[in-house]
Amino acid sequence: MAILTCKDLRFAYDGSTVLEGVNFTLNAGNYLCIVGENGSGKSTLMKGLLGLKQPDGGSIRFDEGLKSTEIGYLPQQTQLQRDFPASVWEVVLSGCLNSLGRRLHYNEEDRKRALFNMERMGIEDLKDKSYHALSGGQQQRVLLARALCATKKMLLLDEPVTGLDPIATGEMYNLIKLVNLCDNITVIMVSHDIHAAARYATHVLHLGQKQLFFGTAAEYRESALARRFLGGHRI
Amino acid sequence: MNEFLHLFSFHFMQRALIVGGLVSLCAALLGVSLVLKRYSMIGDGLSHVGFGALAIASALHVAPLAVAVPVVVVTAVLLLRLSQNGKIKGDAMIAIISSSALAIGVICVSVTTGMNTEVSSYMFGSILSLSRSDAILSGILSAAVLVLFVLFYPRLFAVTFDETFSKATGTNTELYNTLLAVLTAITVVLGMRMMGALLISSLIIFPALSAMRVCSSFKRVVICAAVISVSCFVLGTIASYFLETPTGASIVAANLLCFCGCALIGKH
Repeated sequence: MAILTCKDLRFAYDGSTVLEGVNFTLNAGNYLCIVGENGSGKSTLMKGLLGLKQPDGGSIRFDEGLKSTEIGYLPQQTQLQRDFPASVWEVVLSGCLNSLGRRLHYNEEDRKRALFNMERMGIEDLKDKSYHALSGGQQQRVLLARALCATKKMLLLDEPVTGLDPIATGEMYNLIKLVNLCDNITVIMVSHDIHAAARYATHVLHLGQKQLFFGTAAEYRESALARRFLGGHRI
Repeated sequence: MNEFLHLFSFHFMQRALIVGGLVSLCAALLGVSLVLKRYSMIGDGLSHVGFGALAIASALHVAPLAVAVPVVVVTAVLLLRLSQNGKIKGDAMIAIISSSALAIGVICVSVTTGMNTEVSSYMFGSILSLSRSDAILSGILSAAVLVLFVLFYPRLFAVTFDETFSKATGTNTELYNTLLAVLTAITVVLGMRMMGALLISSLIIFPALSAMRVCSSFKRVVICAAVISVSCFVLGTIASYFLETPTGASIVAANLLCFCGCALIGKH
């Protein structure tokens, strides 16, 4: 039951190729971690999956009724958002944007969904708090709740633990794993944290301007590539 | 007190208060998005382009608003496009376009009519310069800005807060950015008659900044900015009548005082 199939994907900027030869298939409920160094093409692939950048070759296919606009996306935080005057409620509710369709304003159903996802993330008592007054970990949970409002099937997370302290990082990983297991939501996460990738993910995609590895996390742990990347330590 | 009531019996004063109030309201609503998107300078750039257009229109003896509105709307859309994709960075682009437009306007004025009161009123603003047709057009356009803002409020919030997320969930962000730019352009041109090209951008920026000192949610910031903007406009206009100071400058001074007050309250 493939939910996402990438075939011979190639991306280029101004004619020069930055990523090529990407071939992989994900089933519903998989947890994929995309790893690689800076400039390896991770962000480009993310943009491609979200439909923000057109591939210069190959194809991306979503199945099981998923559209690229129904992916719950958690972007890397920008400085702009950190001091943005918005309440937690306003931010989470804005995740229902893609279900507006032709409607102009949110309805009761959207509000219920936003509230439900806030409860899931344990942030319902922060509802009227100002977003910029929250800690980094709380802000990420707000953004995760917003991403969940936008999807029933797939989450795409861009470096979700960057800048978080170890406790908040652990909580964030657990929350992500929880929605992955309980709601059978497919997770795709771009991360620098290769140890966490090997521990939480079911699959790993290692990029270095082309596809260096794709397989299950268990296979990845055994691979020569992972050993080199991890500095000789086995995990 | 009698003198105070007397003030409102003048036709030009009634007209100025109604039109000015509407324009201040629009400016405040749009200002919140513009300030948060780091587009504050666009208002300033557009007002200079507006001055150039008005100067040329008055030299050619055509209706000033009929020329200025389309010219400034087109510039606004261009500025937005260029600041996103261009090789020259957005702020530098705005500086180039605004000073060029100002220069062209000044040259045009000095070659034709010279620095007369009409041109000076574009520069520094004058509540007397509002004609009846200007007032009607201003009323209609401000109403349109208000209605569009309220109708698209959830989308404008989403696009302001996180453009990438909105785009990824299938929202046409370019459309809403363009809408924002066009509405701003219209507001700038309308406000220029009263505030003057040099001061109109403050009408957009000040209320949003003041409101952001004291409010924590987007909706509250928008409402608070609208209230601050209209009150500062009314206070500034009345003060300018009694103190015989220029209207535009008095309104900006009122906004400055309000900003200082909000900054002090916000600290506690």
